[in-house]
Amino acid sequence: MKKYQSILLAAFAFSFVACEPEFENEVTNESYSKGEADFTTYVALGNSLTAGYMDGTVYRSGQQYSFPNLLAKQFAVVGGGSFTQPSFSDDTNDLGGLLLMGQQAAATRLIINMSTGGPQNLTGTPTIEISNLQAKAYNNMGVPGAKSFHLLAPGYGNLANVATGKANPYFVRHATSPNTTVLSDAMSMNPTFFTNWIGANDVLAYALSGGVGVSQEGNMDPSTYGSNDITDRQVFASAYTTIVNTLTSNGAKGVVATIPDVTSIPHFTTVPYNPLTAEALGGEATVDQLNAQLLGPLKQILTALGQGNRINSFSKTEGNALLVKDETLTDLSQQITAVASQNQQLAPIAGLLGQLYGQARHASRNDLFVLGTSSVIGTTSTAPIFANVPSPYKELFSKIGVTFPLEDKYVLVPAEQTIIKTATKEFNDIIWAAARSKKLAVADMNAIMGYLTGGIRLGDGQWYTADYFKGTGNMNKVLFSLDGVHPNPRGYAFVANEIVKVINEHYKAKLPMLVPGNYPGVTIKASN
Amino acid sequence: MKKILSISLLSLLATNTFAGGYRISMQGQRQLAMGHTGVAVIGQNAESLFFNPASGTFLKNKWSFSAGATALVSNVKFQNSLYNWSNSTTNTGTPFYFYGNYQASDRFSVGLAVYTPYGSSVEWDQDWPGSHLVNNIDLQAIFVQPTVSYKITDNISVGAGLIYVNGGVTFNRNLSRSMVDENGNRSDVTIDAAGVSAWGYNLGVTARLDDYVTFGVNYRSQIDMKVEGGDAKFHDMPSFLGGTYTNGKFDASMPLPAELTIGFSYQINDKWLAAVDYNHTFWKAYDNLVIDFDNPAIATSVNPRNYKSSGTMRGGLQFAPSEKFSARVGGYYDISPVQDGYFAPETPRNDALAGTVGFTYQVTPKFGIDFAASALHFKETKNSYDHYIEDGTHVSFGGDYRSSAYSLGLGLSYNF
Repeated sequence: MKKYQSILLAAFAFSFVACEPEFENEVTNESYSKGEADFTTYVALGNSLTAGYMDGTVYRSGQQYSFPNLLAKQFAVVGGGSFTQPSFSDDTNDLGGLLLMGQQAAATRLIINMSTGGPQNLTGTPTIEISNLQAKAYNNMGVPGAKSFHLLAPGYGNLANVATGKANPYFVRHATSPNTTVLSDAMSMNPTFFTNWIGANDVLAYALSGGVGVSQEGNMDPSTYGSNDITDRQVFASAYTTIVNTLTSNGAKGVVATIPDVTSIPHFTTVPYNPLTAEALGGEATVDQLNAQLLGPLKQILTALGQGNRINSFSKTEGNALLVKDETLTDLSQQITAVASQNQQLAPIAGLLGQLYGQARHASRNDLFVLGTSSVIGTTSTAPIFANVPSPYKELFSKIGVTFPLEDKYVLVPAEQTIIKTATKEFNDIIWAAARSKKLAVADMNAIMGYLTGGIRLGDGQWYTADYFKGTGNMNKVLFSLDGVHPNPRGYAFVANEIVKVINEHYKAKLPMLVPGNYPGVTIKASN
Repeated sequence: MKKILSISLLSLLATNTFAGGYRISMQGQRQLAMGHTGVAVIGQNAESLFFNPASGTFLKNKWSFSAGATALVSNVKFQNSLYNWSNSTTNTGTPFYFYGNYQASDRFSVGLAVYTPYGSSVEWDQDWPGSHLVNNIDLQAIFVQPTVSYKITDNISVGAGLIYVNGGVTFNRNLSRSMVDENGNRSDVTIDAAGVSAWGYNLGVTARLDDYVTFGVNYRSQIDMKVEGGDAKFHDMPSFLGGTYTNGKFDASMPLPAELTIGFSYQINDKWLAAVDYNHTFWKAYDNLVIDFDNPAIATSVNPRNYKSSGTMRGGLQFAPSEKFSARVGGYYDISPVQDGYFAPETPRNDALAGTVGFTYQVTPKFGIDFAASALHFKETKNSYDHYIEDGTHVSFGGDYRSSAYSLGLGLSYNF
């Protein structure tokens, strides 16, 4: 019997050996390494892209997905410390937007309203008060709207300067003093590692305005720049070098990011140049009417003036081009009016034709339209010139993008795109040079953005593109938020991943990667 | 003492009794201890009814009863060093059985077998990185099988059983890799089907080739578990989809594949018995898991599985030094039916090597107690499931998987 007891005991012993199986190489924090970098105190410098801005604003839940916050989680595996971001605890209803002294100063975040199908500002009043001063430096020093030189500008965080546009409402909320600078607050954190993604607004603001601003080439005083202007190259170089020199002054290492070619973001690539199908115009009869009453005669006039290719008759079978005002064209207003006056039928509206179509042309595939164009195409213009125009001319000539040329702010014509591309390249050359001089890693967001327009396939097999939200067809893979400029949470995870790759390579670190597919996309609501 | 030591060492070295896919091989303590062989093992106890319905007429007593249950603990670990993912799940199961046989005459016997050969319970952390494939699954089935066995000659017996299956499944997974409701909770769906019944059959032949060698063959039919009107419940849906993804019914079908087993036993002498089986399971039947929702607005969920048919080699040895006591040891090698790229975390099993051990203490000539323990060692594997579709693109999920399973079982037999 004793023998059997022993066997029984052996069987029980056996059951206790039943512990978890072991991997040959168990994944633990020790599987990763910081390489040559020191992530103890990570500080992120930049603009809206660093702040976690998305859907046209910063809002509480979205800010959690800022790329620096996502990066800091990866850094934590290899000794990265805590990572703080400006407080948005006053964004009670997660609406974003801004208030200044109780008055709404910026719109709430964009959402997709399922009941109407399009992006809309979320209904509600913002609760983020600009004058609610935190006076605190944070690890995330990204300031939405900041240009290179703004990071060095005293008073950029002064509440008193908000009204004059010389201060930034987001920086005002957390500037440690009215006259501090963004860079100075950032340095007060004593960074051991940094990311610096500044510079996009030095050219993006011009692009977003549809090229309304001007290039400030040669103007060395940025305090005289308009908000939509392109920064002078030397001003940019000086500001950028100062920022990088200061950030590295205590031996910190980091990553600088290049400026993406903004013309490849969905803000400019979503609205086609030729959305006007016969159906969209209101039927084939409308096409006939437009050709007979306006486009035909206008083309005849312009042909007589040697500019017949500015205007084309509409097709019933294909998408027709939008009508735009191209300020680079010779203004033929007077000539058009003169020719039209000769024609018995057109004589009564000869003045109007001249005013409307002096610099008008049909768009081509080389024109880029801003996202907001889609909501004005086909709507009725209330421009002052229509004040005294009688029916039916008023109705015929006031259709925006069809008979009334889209204003400059809606379109980037090739000349404006060239200005943008040139400035982007110049600024990026400066960024590369600064990085080389300090042996910093470069996240080439410009190149990545370029690849993204063609599609980038990640390790999990998913293809990501620079497309705008298209509905249920791409809702699980769209990377951009509804403003068409900034990434959504998934897009910021994609950005963080690219930076992880660069750090791993440049600093010989081994940081874990992120899976963008596991992060949320755009917010869709049943109604608004 | 030397003998005891060798058994306990074996038990530590060897590994258990869980088979490929979602099959659990624990249908009798004595045979489990012999590597779950048994298609050609005769004259033991009523357990044989499971292994071969033809064996009823070779039982020694007029009445034979056997019942038992097993405590099963299985572990699965998952990791991916690229993303710093580590997850593990420990699940328990209690497969049980009851067998009874009555020798109506020298040539004819009838019996009843009740057993639970399928079961798969895997519970990952809710919202873990593979949550779009599975959060948790619990699959259970009980088989009730009346059998008859008839001796054509003194040495050849045939048998047949009619199988009635009653089972159920609960399965939860997230709706996608990223969908959340307004409060940031991940959207998920639970499908639940209980009381699903199906029929199958079981045929066998046992032939005593001489005084030492017995041959057996057993065929178990495929059984299709058809779920009609199971419950689908959606949780934490964003409001814009709440109107589409409404709780409702679903239909689905899951095959319990056919199996063919052939084997030999060899009565070496009075004390030693050896057995080998080869089991071929027609897993190929499991090509897709299709979940068809009654709500026409919800697209049918097609989940490719693409299993391949596979085999298990089994071997066991019994040592019976006295009427009172017998000891057993065995093992098997089970080739996984899961193909590369179809490695879904709901049945994260790789090829397995099992070691089994057990003994019987015959309290009285009629009443015996059986013990069996087993350990299953699965090879570490780096594999993935590449057939999840996200916005029209195949998206892969995978990493390193490693599993193990252990069991301890108790059985009782009463023969008279």
